[in-house]
Amino acid sequence: MTFEPGAELPVHEFTVTRADLVRYAGASGDRNPIHWSDRVATSVGLPGVIAHGMYTMALAARALDDWAGGPGRVREMGCKFTKPVVVPDDDTGVVVRVAGTVKAVDEDSVSVTLEVTCGGEKVLGMPKAVLARG
Amino acid sequence: MAVDGALAGRTFPATEPYPVSEERVAEFAAATGSQYDGGAAPVTFPIVVAFQAMLALMEDPTVGIELHRVVHGEQRFRYTRPVAPGDVLTATLTVDSLRQIGGADILGTRSEIVDANGDHVVTAVAVLVHSGAS
Repeated sequence: MTFEPGAELPVHEFTVTRADLVRYAGASGDRNPIHWSDRVATSVGLPGVIAHGMYTMALAARALDDWAGGPGRVREMGCKFTKPVVVPDDDTGVVVRVAGTVKAVDEDSVSVTLEVTCGGEKVLGMPKAVLARG
Repeated sequence: MAVDGALAGRTFPATEPYPVSEERVAEFAAATGSQYDGGAAPVTFPIVVAFQAMLALMEDPTVGIELHRVVHGEQRFRYTRPVAPGDVLTATLTVDSLRQIGGADILGTRSEIVDANGDHVVTAVAVLVHSGAS
């Protein structure tokens, strides 16, 4: 980890496909049909099947864990789910991009703000985290 | 069907104890594209426990929520310590707030996740947006 305010985290890009959503539904217990059925998703006004917000957040967390040298350092993490990640029914999927910047550093913690985008648009609102140092 | 207006302030019974195993953590990590090498679970793993508490809320027939009409609005985790295999976790969910905006119910929920000793591990705060039937 780089501890200077303004330091940028390495950018991560993750490809998300329908198969990923099915796997995540199983692992998380969230089997809401808006994450696998276009019919149900469009019936409630969504553009199509969307990724679990928690899936996108998990990708952002993964970028943080990679940067921090492994899981266990994050004390706080939060975000709003401001724009759905629509996942097409094809083999290509969509790309979620995670970038981040160190905002503040004190004796025992590092505050990071993230920028999580899909197709150039932010999909998470105010994603940020506090990690333990040392 | 509208959500029960008396829901704010209600605390639901604690979830069944959830034994955190290496297999479940590895499954969760794999579902989010990473590999589990032991130690702390990924940052968002406690959603597995918190989601059981949210499901109990959403599937309670007196509450009036339909799962496919729910999207996740916001999520935060505040850790006292990381989660690791061997932990036995329970979540107790409280509905902190309920607002109606533009035909949608906005539920502010907080799940306090504790270990087998009753010691706090992580708080999972979730905002759930339930859209009304059109």
